[in-house]
Amino acid sequence: MSDAGDGSAVAAGPGEVVLEVDGLTKRFGGLTAVEDCSFSVRSGTVTALIGPNGSGKTTVFNLITGYIRADAGRVRFDGKWIRRPDPASLSRRGMTRTFQQARVFGELTLIENLTVGVHQPWWALFRRDVPPDDRAMALEVLEEFGLAGLAEHAARELSYGQQKLLEFASSLMGRPTLILLDEPTAGVNPVMIEVMERRIRDLHQQGVSFLIVEHEMSLVMRLCDPVIVLDHGTKLAEAAPADVQRDPAVLDAYLGA
Amino acid sequence: MRGAPGARVTGAGIVRAAVVFGGFLAFPFVFRQHWLINMAFFALMYAGLAQSWNLIGGFAGYISLGHVAFFGIGAYAEAILFRHIGIGADGLVPFFVLPGVGLAVGLVCVPIAWVAFRTRQITFAIVTLTLLFVVQDLAFNLHALTRGSQGLAIPPPTFSLYERPFYLGVLAVFALATLIAWHVRRDKLGLALFAIRDDEDKARGVGVRVGQAKVFTFAVSVGLTAMIGAVWAYYLGFIYPQFAVDPLVQIGSVLPVFLGGAGTVWGPVLGAMILVPAQQWLAYRYGASELYLVAYAAVFLGIMLLLPQGILPSIRATLDRWRDRAAAPEGAS
Amino acid sequence: MHLFVQACILGVLIGGVYALMASGLTLVFGIMRVINVAQGAMVVLGAYLSYSLLTRLHIDPFVSILLTAPVMFGLGVVVHRLFIRTLRGARREELSLLVTWATALGIEGVLSLTYKTTLRSTITSYSGRSWVVAGYRISELRTFGFAMSVAILICLSLVLTKTRFGRSVRATVQNPTSARLLGVNTDRVSGFGFGIGVATAAAAGAVYGMIYPFNPGSHYDLISRTLSIVVLGGLGSIGGAVVAALLLGIAASVVAVTISPIWASFVFFMVLIGILLLRPQGLFGIRERGAL
Repeated sequence: MSDAGDGSAVAAGPGEVVLEVDGLTKRFGGLTAVEDCSFSVRSGTVTALIGPNGSGKTTVFNLITGYIRADAGRVRFDGKWIRRPDPASLSRRGMTRTFQQARVFGELTLIENLTVGVHQPWWALFRRDVPPDDRAMALEVLEEFGLAGLAEHAARELSYGQQKLLEFASSLMGRPTLILLDEPTAGVNPVMIEVMERRIRDLHQQGVSFLIVEHEMSLVMRLCDPVIVLDHGTKLAEAAPADVQRDPAVLDAYLGA
Repeated sequence: MRGAPGARVTGAGIVRAAVVFGGFLAFPFVFRQHWLINMAFFALMYAGLAQSWNLIGGFAGYISLGHVAFFGIGAYAEAILFRHIGIGADGLVPFFVLPGVGLAVGLVCVPIAWVAFRTRQITFAIVTLTLLFVVQDLAFNLHALTRGSQGLAIPPPTFSLYERPFYLGVLAVFALATLIAWHVRRDKLGLALFAIRDDEDKARGVGVRVGQAKVFTFAVSVGLTAMIGAVWAYYLGFIYPQFAVDPLVQIGSVLPVFLGGAGTVWGPVLGAMILVPAQQWLAYRYGASELYLVAYAAVFLGIMLLLPQGILPSIRATLDRWRDRAAAPEGAS
Repeated sequence: MHLFVQACILGVLIGGVYALMASGLTLVFGIMRVINVAQGAMVVLGAYLSYSLLTRLHIDPFVSILLTAPVMFGLGVVVHRLFIRTLRGARREELSLLVTWATALGIEGVLSLTYKTTLRSTITSYSGRSWVVAGYRISELRTFGFAMSVAILICLSLVLTKTRFGRSVRATVQNPTSARLLGVNTDRVSGFGFGIGVATAAAAGAVYGMIYPFNPGSHYDLISRTLSIVVLGGLGSIGGAVVAALLLGIAASVVAVTISPIWASFVFFMVLIGILLLRPQGLFGIRERGAL
């Protein structure tokens, strides 16, 4: 973890750990969703997080990003250990996420969806709702996703796949260093999956890291390395995609009881 | 809704505002009958209350059922203040202190708001409803301050222009509320409030300053409500706890918003202009008997069940549908 | 000290009745996420019905519950079908507040028409009597009321845990979508649940009418107290509502006896604020940030 000399943290260099999860545990009543889960994500990678249904993948995302409070464990992002993650401050520091079911502001336009969270000082609350700079940047991002034509439409008018693209687009506004995608292709048609895949590759080339929960195995095999496998809320395996496919423990988890 | 073109400043919008406010301003000079100006006073009063409530209830989606508590606080503040200071030779001082009342009440409510907003929207409604009863209770019981159920008098005005100054006073506060609502709809605060209404957790997660936005908007809303309460107190000349903090006034502030369209600028105004004359007619017909309450409840239910979207958004939605249908034959969507 | 203990006894006894009112309210919230602001008005309606049955037909109020509860259960089902079920969309929780408030007003209006606004009280032969145990006065009436509340709450909990209907209710509370997928008729569960909530109000109303003088406007005070109890206990938790009702009953009683009855209502509000500062989800509620 390098220091910029003035005490501020600098994004992890390639190969260094950008996100580390240590001993995360979460119980819901009698059910243990996540149990002593530990893994790390290296900078500059597109890491996959896979596992059979109920293995706790989305819960892990929610714990990391602070949407749910963990019973135990901690998260390290950008060199600092965090006991109580908070999505807003994580977002400001460069970690954003999307949701399994596209979560956009239906009543707001696409541009507004992208710009509503852009960091502003408090007095900016009384200025124009979308300053020209923000608008320009938002349009640029929408362009890359092929959504610029719908910029002034309300988000609820979009198809489900378009909403997932929109959500992905909003996660880019703060120029994040690590993006957590929760089942980005679920319920999305192949054309849009292609758009997403292209964006992920482009961003990856620019140095953005990804942690992706995905069920679509062909996409995982094409795109991701390494692949982390979760089962019953804890890490089962971590390897290159081809090796994970052959791992007997992994096969057991998927095919077994 | 949010993306609607009405949010931008347009020539048509300015003309519309000028016509409406010009009309309101000219009204008491054109029509002189007491009962008419009295009804107009209450129409504007409820329009102002609705507009103020709209800021937090319509824009942010936080249904406050206790706003009338602050109406009452404003009323009592005015009454108590003018037991100690004079109303001036021209009787206009009670109007000039209004901004002070609004500011003071707005500031005082911040700690309460901060606590109340730590909860979900549904619990917030419960807390504010409880606040209504507590303040009414206090109004009855703090005898030293409010003289309890005996009521409190305000010195009568020294001007002889009858209702006109009161009408203009309440018009001024209503205009201020509408101006604020119009500005909020266009600025980043309004965007934040709409996002909060849509999905508050996500809004917080992407960095919207949710807590600040809610508390600030609530304080402004409450300050305006208190100012209207103060004007009302001076107008009536004598206030009692059960009328200063009256659940029916609370409902009367909320209904026009839903009838006209929550989160729009003109919706609450339209709603008030329809409901207040209707309510006065109901009171005239049935006020003496208890049927009034039943009729009121029926209207309340009717609006909430049949037209919860409100008139303006429904019109806009219908117009949008017509526009889409008209555009469709011309080419691919 | 003696006064304090006396106040506590009083508080526990009245707390039982509050618990009954509050359990109906919190049950309805748990099932369909609707706050029935009309619950107070339902209690008052129950009080009037028992009052009339006593004055006209000389039926003891406790016995009258056997008549009023089923009738009001039916009323609850009808109100649910007519007003609540039609509420849809993202804002239905907030809209339900306003719709049920309108219902409360309607009930208040009808009661005012029928009974006028004079204060009534349901007086029976045992209304003023109390036992003296170890130097403390224990009102017979309040004890019967407490016992009845306990009995009804136990029945309610048995229904919820042991019957098929109860299982459907609990499934709907946990996850309405899954419940529906498993074949639970959530509409019917909601309707019956609402009916049960109103029926408990009928029972509570019979007792309430014997303890306090009431008129159609009394529902406001009742609903504000019941709401505080439900929030304190945690929205949706019946056990929480019971505990909260006892706590608040004791607190209000102690304040009423040691300071002044005027401030009893204030206690509810102060406790509410305190809870929201320390533990917004209430004693037994769950707090999660919105996750998917």
